[in-house]
Amino acid sequence: MAQIRIENVRKEFGAFTAVQDSSFTIEDGEFFMLLGPSGCGKTTTLRMIAGLELPTSGHIYIDGEEVSQKPASQRDIAFVFQMFALYPHMNVRKNISYPLLSQGISRAETRKRVAEVARILKIEDILDRPVGGLSGGDRQRVALGRAIVREPKAFLMDEPLGALDAEFREHMSEELRALHNRMGATTVYVTHDQLEAMQMGDKIVVMNHGVVEQFGVPQAIYDWPATKFVAEFIGSPSMNFLDFHGMVGKGMTSVTLSGVTLEIPEVREGCNGDLTFGIRPEHINLSDAAPYKGLVTSTEYLGTTQIVTFDTPSGAVKARIASSETIKIGEQTGLIFDPRTITLFKRETGRALLSVANEGVLTHG
Amino acid sequence: MSYSVTNPSNRTKWFAGILVVGYAVITLMPLLWIVATGFKSPADAISYPPKVVFEPTMEGYVNLFTTRTRVTDERRAELGEPTTWYDKIVRKQNMYISGPSRYGERFLNSVIIGFGSTFLSMVLGTAAAYAFSRFRVPLKDDLLFFILSTRMMPPIAVAIPIFLMFRNLGLNDTHLGMILLYTAVNLSLSVWLLKGFIDEIPIEYEEAALIDGYTRFQAFYKIILPQAATGIASTAIFCLIFAWNEYAFAVLLTSGTAQTAPPFIPTIIGVGGKDWPAVAAGATIFLVPVMVFTIALRKHLLRGITFGAVRK
Repeated sequence: MAQIRIENVRKEFGAFTAVQDSSFTIEDGEFFMLLGPSGCGKTTTLRMIAGLELPTSGHIYIDGEEVSQKPASQRDIAFVFQMFALYPHMNVRKNISYPLLSQGISRAETRKRVAEVARILKIEDILDRPVGGLSGGDRQRVALGRAIVREPKAFLMDEPLGALDAEFREHMSEELRALHNRMGATTVYVTHDQLEAMQMGDKIVVMNHGVVEQFGVPQAIYDWPATKFVAEFIGSPSMNFLDFHGMVGKGMTSVTLSGVTLEIPEVREGCNGDLTFGIRPEHINLSDAAPYKGLVTSTEYLGTTQIVTFDTPSGAVKARIASSETIKIGEQTGLIFDPRTITLFKRETGRALLSVANEGVLTHG
Repeated sequence: MSYSVTNPSNRTKWFAGILVVGYAVITLMPLLWIVATGFKSPADAISYPPKVVFEPTMEGYVNLFTTRTRVTDERRAELGEPTTWYDKIVRKQNMYISGPSRYGERFLNSVIIGFGSTFLSMVLGTAAAYAFSRFRVPLKDDLLFFILSTRMMPPIAVAIPIFLMFRNLGLNDTHLGMILLYTAVNLSLSVWLLKGFIDEIPIEYEEAALIDGYTRFQAFYKIILPQAATGIASTAIFCLIFAWNEYAFAVLLTSGTAQTAPPFIPTIIGVGGKDWPAVAAGATIFLVPVMVFTIALRKHLLRGITFGAVRK
């Protein structure tokens, strides 16, 4: 079990920079999510931690020991591949015991540990089957078995649920999380699914174009996005963005949008120019008395809630409200934005304007 | 009648069946002819019209493996009555066996050179293909094209330089020389075919092995090789068939110690008249190893030649 520290790690493939000067720390025993769209450098980062790629510059520490240039075989970590990568010419038992074989562990001890792992993962009955005919879930379990049998310093998982059916994925993600809670091993998990990251992660790093956009616990990332990209990527539907032009001074607690004054958290830095007003659909309420008006253009029924799209003077706004409220298309109503949850972004850089609420937000851990 | 793209109709099946059987008969005819001729008497072998039904004899095979001398009257008394079945066959022609022929040695040469060069082509080819498939090799595409380009003319086009080279290096008429030559010719084929097969093996298997604590070489040896077995087997068949059947270089570069069977078989004709049954017997035995090898690996061959044709 170990802490993993990434310091100014950079990876270039020829002229292409996959990861740019990233730094963060994964604490011992954490279930850590590397989240981002495809091509954002999250898998490259994971592979650098594993030793499957060597960083162009920067340092990686596992358990305090610098491993940046060490080969994968000497790092004592386990890796679960997206396509499982079970050795096709071996049966389940051989697959699981294969990492032990390289360590020269005795046959009796190997048998004991494989049996223990099989018991934990409930795959005792398939131990002597070839891996070829296994279902996706069983393959996933065997891949996990091969990882946990070594009792490594950390688990690295590259979209391990990506190859499973939607229905089964949910089940497996619970199983994974339960397994983590039971073993308490440091786990780094790569995913492009923000829901998965929010559900399972203790901490999340959001990456985009090889840059760490934000680092923090799921709640902080959801409530206080550090950049417009994070705000857009996390949450479904994503945050609403209303562009406006104006002057915001330090200590201000309101902005004016299309002639309507809206309350915001106290701003801690001044900015003059193109700004974006961000509000999550979950933080909008309806009231006929509210001064900011919107025209209902569509509704989407989602069971207990519904997503209503409004046409407002500053742009389209989606709101998630209870299904019990009756909304008619073509109706005009007032929108109340919960002032505590509003984030302002500088349009030029996409960075969130510091305010009382998001002061502690980290882009580097 | 329902129509299906994947299930052919009965009529189509019959048509396809007739076509396949017809093709098989046509291609197998020369083979059957050779095998049959090996069991004919010299007179039957050249009779016209050809005899389909004939009295089989081992004469061709006996002649193939022996050298014979005409029996003179004094010699007849010395030799006494023939005792073994092959002695009897030879004595009927008024000859006696004066010693073994060279066919056995030549056949053994073919085995050593054919399998030796195939083995070497596989070892070098797999290593090169693996490197081309997995590593960032500088000028990779140019190197691969260069390797392929050695196949763009018939190998015999470079016969004279090779002959001179071999003479200067003392490789003329040696097993090593022939093994190296056939390996050189086969390598382009084996590198290209094997690279295709290794490209198809997901790199994750090796990475998993690296993570599991194995070295790169162990990962190659324990994970990639078993996965590539199909490709290696089918490539080996192609290499063996070339080395086994090669005639032109064998004629040019071997004469005694390292002569292979292909240049030797025609020389049988000259020994004591046109001995077609002995030639046919030599050809029949010559076919056996490649046939056994191919049949033993045919499951791999069938999977092998279609492998990689469709992107999964």
